[in-house]
Amino acid sequence: MSNPAGMPQSEPERPRGESGVSRWEDAVLAAALMSVDPVGTGGVALRSLAGPVRDQWLTIMRDLQPPGTPMRRIPLHVSDGRLLGGLDLAATLSAGRPVAERGLLVEADGGIVELAMAERIAAGTAARLTMAFDSGEVVLERDGLAMRSPARFAVVALDEGVGDDEGLLNALLDRLAFHQDLTHIRVHEAVACDYDADEILAARALLPGIQVSEDQIEALCSTALALGIPSLRASIFAARAACAAAALEGRTEVTEEDLAVAGRLVLAPRATMLPPSEQPPDEPPPPEPEEPDQEQDKGEDQQEPKELEDQVLEAAKAAIPADLLAQLQLGKLRRSRARATGKAGAVQNAPLRGRPAGVLRGEPRAGLRLNVVETLRAAAPWQRLRREEVARFGGQSNRIEIRQDDFRITRFKHRSETTTIFVVDASGSSALHRLAEAKGAVELLLADCYVRRDRVALVAFRGQFAEVLLPPTRSLVRAKRSLASLPGGGGTPLASGIDLGMMLADSVKRRGGTPILIIMTDGRANVARDGTGGRARANEDALSAARLVRSVEITSLVIDTSPRPQQQGRDLAVEMGARYLPLPHADATSLSHAVRAAG
Amino acid sequence: MPIPFPFSAVVAQEEMKRSLLIAAIDPSIGGVLVFGDRGTGKSTAIRGLAALLPKMRAVDCVYNCDPEAGEDALCAECRTKRAKGPLKSRMVPVPVVDLPLGATEDRVIGALDLERALTKGEKAFEPGLLARAHRGFLYIDEVNLLEDHLVDSLLDVAASGENLVEREGLSIRHPARFVLVGSGNPEEGELRPQLQDRFGLSVEVRTPQDLPTRMKVVRLRDEFERDPPAFVQRWKRQDGKVRSQIQKARDFLPTVDVPDATLEQAGRLCIKLGTDGLRGELTLIRAARAFAALKGDAEVKDAHLVQVAASALRHRLRRDPLDESGSTSRVERAVGELFGE
Repeated sequence: MSNPAGMPQSEPERPRGESGVSRWEDAVLAAALMSVDPVGTGGVALRSLAGPVRDQWLTIMRDLQPPGTPMRRIPLHVSDGRLLGGLDLAATLSAGRPVAERGLLVEADGGIVELAMAERIAAGTAARLTMAFDSGEVVLERDGLAMRSPARFAVVALDEGVGDDEGLLNALLDRLAFHQDLTHIRVHEAVACDYDADEILAARALLPGIQVSEDQIEALCSTALALGIPSLRASIFAARAACAAAALEGRTEVTEEDLAVAGRLVLAPRATMLPPSEQPPDEPPPPEPEEPDQEQDKGEDQQEPKELEDQVLEAAKAAIPADLLAQLQLGKLRRSRARATGKAGAVQNAPLRGRPAGVLRGEPRAGLRLNVVETLRAAAPWQRLRREEVARFGGQSNRIEIRQDDFRITRFKHRSETTTIFVVDASGSSALHRLAEAKGAVELLLADCYVRRDRVALVAFRGQFAEVLLPPTRSLVRAKRSLASLPGGGGTPLASGIDLGMMLADSVKRRGGTPILIIMTDGRANVARDGTGGRARANEDALSAARLVRSVEITSLVIDTSPRPQQQGRDLAVEMGARYLPLPHADATSLSHAVRAAG
Repeated sequence: MPIPFPFSAVVAQEEMKRSLLIAAIDPSIGGVLVFGDRGTGKSTAIRGLAALLPKMRAVDCVYNCDPEAGEDALCAECRTKRAKGPLKSRMVPVPVVDLPLGATEDRVIGALDLERALTKGEKAFEPGLLARAHRGFLYIDEVNLLEDHLVDSLLDVAASGENLVEREGLSIRHPARFVLVGSGNPEEGELRPQLQDRFGLSVEVRTPQDLPTRMKVVRLRDEFERDPPAFVQRWKRQDGKVRSQIQKARDFLPTVDVPDATLEQAGRLCIKLGTDGLRGELTLIRAARAFAALKGDAEVKDAHLVQVAASALRHRLRRDPLDESGSTSRVERAVGELFGE
């Protein structure tokens, strides 16, 4: 069978993971568990490009829903009115009294919401969704209407993100029990489903009677801790998922098997670390995770739950993909795929540029554009009242009465939010204090980013390769956390650093932002693109990477950090089409000034 | 309306619970901002608090006017009525009003009553959320995502204590004093400094990292989801205790003494931290007094200051991006130096 478009060609994936269950089976199981307990599990984050595998999963998921289950698909740029509800103008006018229109979330009550292109959803839209999630209702305060309507649903978030910097918002990801990745599943694997809607209904009937015991809660909680999962929702979801798994198998009690399913499907995808004393998973007995907090609670009667916990931990570990396992064991923190978008208000209210982002009450002045349709909409309900008013003063009116209060202007989302990407040399030659300065500059820029309303990202290169230390963010808190521990020392893979900075810049551009690339280096590359040593090759690669930056016309700045400014740095800037700035004694403040000038 | 999780069943998060109680005891403190990790029970605690607030005495008018209030804190209708004789009042629940994201301006500040305009052709004012929140709580979840134009109206009203509506040919002024409670996750964006400043207390919440606490959270949550009414029933007595604690503290509050020595210490702490303006100092004292009242102590002591210092001051420190430690540890450090902790 040929590989479908959009599916990666490379990486011959083993069909079965360490757990002996294929990824496809797990993905289908997640669909079934979500169907058994939609509200309790929140739903599934499905990472995959559009294609036959995803279509097959969606078909199966839909078929699992008992007849009559509402299914709603939410497009990316859904308006508040459609999402939450509002005034149904046509019905209001014909009925002569306010008629409310139900929003998508209310329509989906008791069913499933599919979120299209969920990786690009605006933070505001996501927040409206999560609010309904948390409270089980939509609180509507719009267009002269106030209502509360139940809205209990599960979400299938279709995440088409590519690469680490694109993904679901953390706020959303945290509220979905299951995180499934279909990326490496091939079409011929994606066929079977062992469940049907009748089984789901039977399981739903069993579910209320199923309880999780104290030992089992302990096993799930301590596994979550051992895997470095910060959010408590994960443990709560794991308990719900274990119950759903039991119900699906027709059991009235949660067994070890169900806990293993919860570990695999709920906890494993959230892991940020492995227990310190790691041994190959197949070697019994598995080691105890060293959790300082647990030590004091361990009595002699704790023997059994300990074993239980190990089993959950094993199940979870087995489900963590091998490449991730390797990364975790290297001691590197897995960065969350979620981007940090800014607050909704931080969207620049650029009067005339960007894409429309709703309407605001206001007057059309100073180049603001009147939204005629929305203005008429706003005026419509008041026509009877106004005509009567006009009549009272002896007038006669047949035209539409528009008042100043009706004026609506279109609000635009600023297209060019600036993202400043720092690419910092963290190699031995550049030493640690460079990093400290870059760190300081990033924080200074972030500190007043409310005024500037832009974002900052940080790439560091050292040893053999470059890595994104901080994906584009506006959050000072997040930045501080990521910057807390910066490694330094090793070779100077300048080309890789520029390449990675470029890739980030490119993804910023693709989302309609404006990237600025700041390269901080002494220019002395000694590691080539492929990770091998050698100054000549390394330098050549760096220059060719630089030319690429110039060819795509990204605003850039080369900050030469060597004690005495070098020709190499200058050459790099020329090839890059960048401004060149020798800053041998750069401190955070002068650096941030320089960057501002560049932007 | 969904059943809220009982306030007394919220595990750990002592600072958050304490701050909410303080705001309930002394509304003049200026509300609480709860910022922090996801899934730490921010909204849960706030909604839980709403369910157990003691009732208040109010006139039967749209704005829940206080029958004892001065002239300027009454709505126009009540002012006219009182001129003719004492106002009739009754006990009502304290309003806790949600300001949901996606709310439109007309619903927040009030506008022409659409229904009456359509059906009767009448021009009448329909009060908004700010009116409904008068004398109660206004809760904004994800407050850092609130649209700018709504934040603007909010700031204005929170500062003046009254809402002025000039639209659609209406000119209305009504009292709107409320305790602002906001929650959010800083990872989703910073809060506008002006708005942050409006909050009396600010709390940082983190996910508990010890196993017993985490297990307790999971177990209680699971029990609640299974059968909310039964769960609420089981916690009714504890919630009742908290309710009477609030009531007692409110009654006790006016008699709590703030000695000069404590005032001086509070001043020293604020100078040491370089907090802007006097608002920090005032909030610190008020919060310490409300906390003393909660504890049943007749006099505000250093110990009370120490307990509330971080909540009252951390969001008022000038941001120093180069200081590695967060504002919380800066407050703690200053407290330690001053009080020898």
